[in-house]
Amino acid sequence: MSFIDLKGILQPLGALKQLGKKPHTIQFPAESIEASDNYRGLHFNDLDDCIGCGNCSTICPNEAIDMIDLLNIKEKKGDSSLRPRIDNGRCCWCALCVDVCPTGSLSLTKDYIFVTEDPNDFLWTPGIDNKDAADKISYTSDVSTSISMYDRVPMRELEGKERVKSFAEVVLGYSEEEARAEAQRCISCGLCVEVCPENMHIPEYINAIAQAKDKDALRIIYDNNPLPEMCGKVCTRLCEDVCAMQVRGDAVAIRWLKRYATETAPTVELIKEIVDPQIEEPNGFSVGIVGAGPAGLTAAYYLALKGYDVTIYEAQAHAGGMIMYGIPKYRFPLESIDKQIQYMESIGVKIKYNTKVGKDISFKEIYNNNDAVFVGIGLQIPWNIGIKNEDSPGVIPAIDYLTIINSDGKFDVGKKVAVIGGGNVAIDGARVAARYGADVTILYRRRVEDMPADWEEIEGAEHEGVKIVPQAIPTKIIRNKEGKVKGVEYVMAKMVAQDGGRPRPVAIEGSETIYECDTVIGAIGQQADFDWLPENYKEKVIIERGKIQVNNLRQTGDNKIFAGGDAVKFGNSDAISAIADGFNAVKGIDKLLLNK
Amino acid sequence: MIREKETTLYLGPQHPGITGNMMVKLKVQGDTVVKATTHVGYLHRAFEKLIEQRNWLNAFTLLCRFCVPEPDPMELTYARAVEELDNREVPERAQYIRVIVMELARLQSFMLWYAGQAGSAGLYTLGQWSVGDRNYILDLFEELTGGRIYHMYIWPGGVRRDVTDTWKDKVLKTMDYLEKRQDDYNQLMFDNTIFQKRAKGVGIVPKDKAIEWGVVGPPLRGVGIKSDVRIDEPYEVYDKLDFEVPTAEGGDIWARALVRKEEFRQSISIIRQAIEKMPKGDYYNKVPNPMKWVVPEGQAWAKTESVRGEIGFYVVSNGTNKPYRVHAKGAAYTHGVTVLEKILPGQNIADISFIMNSLGVCPPEIER
Repeated sequence: MSFIDLKGILQPLGALKQLGKKPHTIQFPAESIEASDNYRGLHFNDLDDCIGCGNCSTICPNEAIDMIDLLNIKEKKGDSSLRPRIDNGRCCWCALCVDVCPTGSLSLTKDYIFVTEDPNDFLWTPGIDNKDAADKISYTSDVSTSISMYDRVPMRELEGKERVKSFAEVVLGYSEEEARAEAQRCISCGLCVEVCPENMHIPEYINAIAQAKDKDALRIIYDNNPLPEMCGKVCTRLCEDVCAMQVRGDAVAIRWLKRYATETAPTVELIKEIVDPQIEEPNGFSVGIVGAGPAGLTAAYYLALKGYDVTIYEAQAHAGGMIMYGIPKYRFPLESIDKQIQYMESIGVKIKYNTKVGKDISFKEIYNNNDAVFVGIGLQIPWNIGIKNEDSPGVIPAIDYLTIINSDGKFDVGKKVAVIGGGNVAIDGARVAARYGADVTILYRRRVEDMPADWEEIEGAEHEGVKIVPQAIPTKIIRNKEGKVKGVEYVMAKMVAQDGGRPRPVAIEGSETIYECDTVIGAIGQQADFDWLPENYKEKVIIERGKIQVNNLRQTGDNKIFAGGDAVKFGNSDAISAIADGFNAVKGIDKLLLNK
Repeated sequence: MIREKETTLYLGPQHPGITGNMMVKLKVQGDTVVKATTHVGYLHRAFEKLIEQRNWLNAFTLLCRFCVPEPDPMELTYARAVEELDNREVPERAQYIRVIVMELARLQSFMLWYAGQAGSAGLYTLGQWSVGDRNYILDLFEELTGGRIYHMYIWPGGVRRDVTDTWKDKVLKTMDYLEKRQDDYNQLMFDNTIFQKRAKGVGIVPKDKAIEWGVVGPPLRGVGIKSDVRIDEPYEVYDKLDFEVPTAEGGDIWARALVRKEEFRQSISIIRQAIEKMPKGDYYNKVPNPMKWVVPEGQAWAKTESVRGEIGFYVVSNGTNKPYRVHAKGAAYTHGVTVLEKILPGQNIADISFIMNSLGVCPPEIER
């Protein structure tokens, strides 16, 4: 072996040929380089698309994101008005925040250089402090790349053809596995809690279901809702309208999850065992409640828990009010109502059935014998449709029709039925008539998308063969020789935009059409009946435009009288608002009697 | 002969020849090492503990920081362990993408090794070339994942973003370039008399001790033992790809360098095959909402072949939305502590960082 390996010395000199070649690397700051289209640089947030759900803040592994209140964000439903602020000193640009953003408002940009001497400068709000970055957005997440779960676990239902054969419950409920999967979609942002009239603890009980702690879920639900089985089946679920998931996908099935939680306790004994209600010692006060609807039952339940002596006076033979008589049994079966009522009675709520106040017992007696009175009478008198020949036989208000059917009564609607209205009651009337084999058509003055009814109800009706004629304004009832209904005449309408309101239907001249039918069901709303209330009380309890005026604690003009439900001014005419009224009235009664 | 007095010398914790911070306490006589004791702990960031306090997906921001030169094997191995616990299928397309990412990671890591190995012998030109060319691979990563070094790209169920056809073309072009460039690297390294004389017969891992000491990866293949997780227990789609596991004899730095030189070529070949064979389809089997995702109770051990050898993750779930325990076992601990202490005596002080680079010691991974 030669000591000097010439080849080994000369070979490396070949490197000299690389002299003068431009390297791939760059010299900063003399040269700049544009980041790739997918680059994870500094954050940007589209403030209008962002709903302030805080999911970015929750996932951040470095706790670099906090949600701050920006005063210039317009308040709206389903928006917390909070926006993420990033501590760029902690951020590691993993982009998990972008990938979990349910609305897709958060993104990362091609900006990657940020130099400052003041450490506090690293703390800034994307979208406000870097407005100009809007056109440098690079790393984004769309529905396919996001790790948010946008698709709802579908609910199993009876087939449309099957369900018109009977009043069997249409919705079959989630299985355990389905409920867990659906509950896992929830991001616990709590936007739903704000719009729920009763402010139910939605993220908490959904979280419990996700963690397979169904008993905890039920306990949490009963904390401020004594009728969860009803809400789990027929709630108007305002919560789902603002769910963060519905911005780009399906809202979490909050109602069905509540339903699932209640289904884990099929008997009264089980509910009692799981919820374990803590009933306080009797406090010596008694409260009389007029009407065993959701509002009255809620007030009664929480009053009874607090040691009050509670008696409900109910005109009908069965408790439940509108949820008993107004909601068809395929949505809310009798057994469910019975179970809820029995549970209430088991903790000490007394209900006097077939006791109409003003007839079987005077209001004065209730007023004088109790320390406080709660009025939850609901709305029973249907509005007239307001067209010619409305008094003909064969025209029936939906609420009367539903009451007859729900009381096991009989009402022959014939072969063809026209339903007038677009709310849930109209749909209920239509779907019930369809179950008696009728060919049902709904006439509604506005567009289908304007219908106040639940979209799932509209869809359900359509699956059951109910036809909907939108933009149809009924003008008169056509009679046959005997004076009975033969049909309904309507005109088509065009939608005219108007300032500060939804588009108004305007009749198109000459578009009169006759729909021949045997029965016309009118469902355009109800009003309260105050005949039972003596005049001297009416003066104190202020009633304006058919609604009782109450304060936040549901207290009327008469200190001792509280009121709630559809007949008062608060909220929507739905069960959950009624429950909220009952719940708040308990606070009011507590304040009045115990000064708590 | 002058009998020199034994002195104590501290190499590190800050030392340009050590990638990361660790200290080797040396007893030397003249410039010959008599005894070496390793001291680690300068880089401890409690990653494994921090992972326990975060949800299953959040772990990725920490995992890739276990070892800077090769973040991707950590992500893959953890993801595989979690997938095993969760019985989660990975779409075939995602498996191909994972293989491409892993081999690209191997290439960029080899390019850092070229720089480190040559640099610790005083050959700085090569380091500048290879680290410069490494940018081509980082560009590919940037386009695919959005990040250059830390990708956080492979996660349970697949990968985060799909690959595009233009990206695939770019990868192929880069492979052609790197294949040519390797000849230039070799000219400066393997043809270079300085490197030959420094590397041959230095830092020998004895063949009869290699298995006993737990040597893995290129150092194990450098003693002539053909061992590679990709072949022995194929994962992802490595069994559908055709590649060689190179070995060399001697167990010295030279042998390990030869192994890496050939592996570089094999990786290029694997990437080309994977791009050609990649099927269409899903790239991600979506996990549930990460905040609520509960991984079933159990324990799993997953291992893959990282650049420095076998790496394994032991993951325990107690059925909640956070890992109960995540433990990583890579090559660095064995090579950087056990093996190093055993082979350093008798070596020259100047060769220590040369040997450490050759063994693939990565102090941050020792500490986790």
